[in-house]
Amino acid sequence: MSEKEWPLYEVFIRSKSGLSHRHAGSIHAADDQMALDAARDTYTRRNEGVSIWVVRSSQIVASDPAETAAFFEPAEDKIYRHPTFYDMPDGVENL
Amino acid sequence: MYTQGLDQKDKPAGARQRAEAPEQAEAFQARVDAEEKIEAKDWMPEAYRRTLIRQISQHAHSEIIGMQPEGNWLTRAPTLKRKAILLAKIQDEAGHGLYLYSAAETLGVSRDQMVAELLSGKAKYSSIFNYPALTWADIGAIGWLVDGAAIMNQIPLCRCSYGPYSRAMIRICKEESFHQRQGFDILVALCNGTDKQKAMAQDALNRWWWPSLMMFGPSDKESKHSAQSMAWKIKRFSNDELRQKFIDVTVPQAEFLGLDMPDDELEFDESTGHYRHGEIDWQEFLDVLAGNGPCNRQRMAKRRKAHDDGAWVREAAYAYAEKHAAKDAA
Repeated sequence: MSEKEWPLYEVFIRSKSGLSHRHAGSIHAADDQMALDAARDTYTRRNEGVSIWVVRSSQIVASDPAETAAFFEPAEDKIYRHPTFYDMPDGVENL
Repeated sequence: MYTQGLDQKDKPAGARQRAEAPEQAEAFQARVDAEEKIEAKDWMPEAYRRTLIRQISQHAHSEIIGMQPEGNWLTRAPTLKRKAILLAKIQDEAGHGLYLYSAAETLGVSRDQMVAELLSGKAKYSSIFNYPALTWADIGAIGWLVDGAAIMNQIPLCRCSYGPYSRAMIRICKEESFHQRQGFDILVALCNGTDKQKAMAQDALNRWWWPSLMMFGPSDKESKHSAQSMAWKIKRFSNDELRQKFIDVTVPQAEFLGLDMPDDELEFDESTGHYRHGEIDWQEFLDVLAGNGPCNRQRMAKRRKAHDDGAWVREAAYAYAEKHAAKDAA
């Protein structure tokens, strides 16, 4: 095919106000406005959203799955961050 | 994340292949066995990747070609309401194609590559769409039987081990239920209508029943991809199991409509709780698959023409985007 492929965009949708945007899928579009329109037609045909973000896939920086263990290792040994780490004396309330 | 190209951009396929050590394959299988989802950038065996690309892209192509038999009836739908419903359904099919293409793209194949393989005839699509929709009742039968069979196939795919495919299937299954119901609704109306209308519904069932059963693929004895796909948890049930489930739920629906199943050997087996059915004409299945169904050439010609006719739109959109990008940069 001699034509150039349209860039890929990732689509994030806020399903209702109060909730965060969540990844819904991706679409191809020639430009940002077209990406928004296509995302609306593709991912919100049944009122699934009140807000859409689109971002070029090439702009996303992602962690490397091969490095997952090492990358998240610093959080592994800090169980004292969790409230369940602490034994509260009997009789102490509201804590 | 649905981005392909994040981790594969700099690695040729050969590099991935070389890296395939037995420990990796074992660790992969262990994750699958533990019902963990595999995500786009995770390590996976090349054969798993290829199987998924083949399956997901064929599935996407089927959604796209599947718009044609129904599209023929848009201008001839009996009422404005039916027309609006059919239009919405066909738009959903396009949407399903797009969800699936993006899921396949996460595996490192480009959209254009997949489209090119469809247009060249290298890639297959579901053979059901090579049958013609001759009457309005066919639109009912397609929704009821073809979408019904598709749902039966697709519900287990929601639990597929590959995350992006599984998520696409969950979205699709939510929407398919509307498709099947609108089809059944058309047939209810026809079956409650005049004798002529009911005969039309019966005729549609006669023509669509057997091809719908073929949608589940060859019998387990003949199916060549099944065992490995089961081990990888891409597939959860065998072709024959799914076909049987479909028959078991569909026969009572036909009885409700007051239609006769076009299978003299169809019989409820008290001992198994399942319907026994007559022999499927696998030669017909193979013929349609080989390109000799009633509409294979017509479907492909129409798809190619639509693609060619749309070329100027794609070019214009690209030129517009480039012009504005240049202006914004200035």
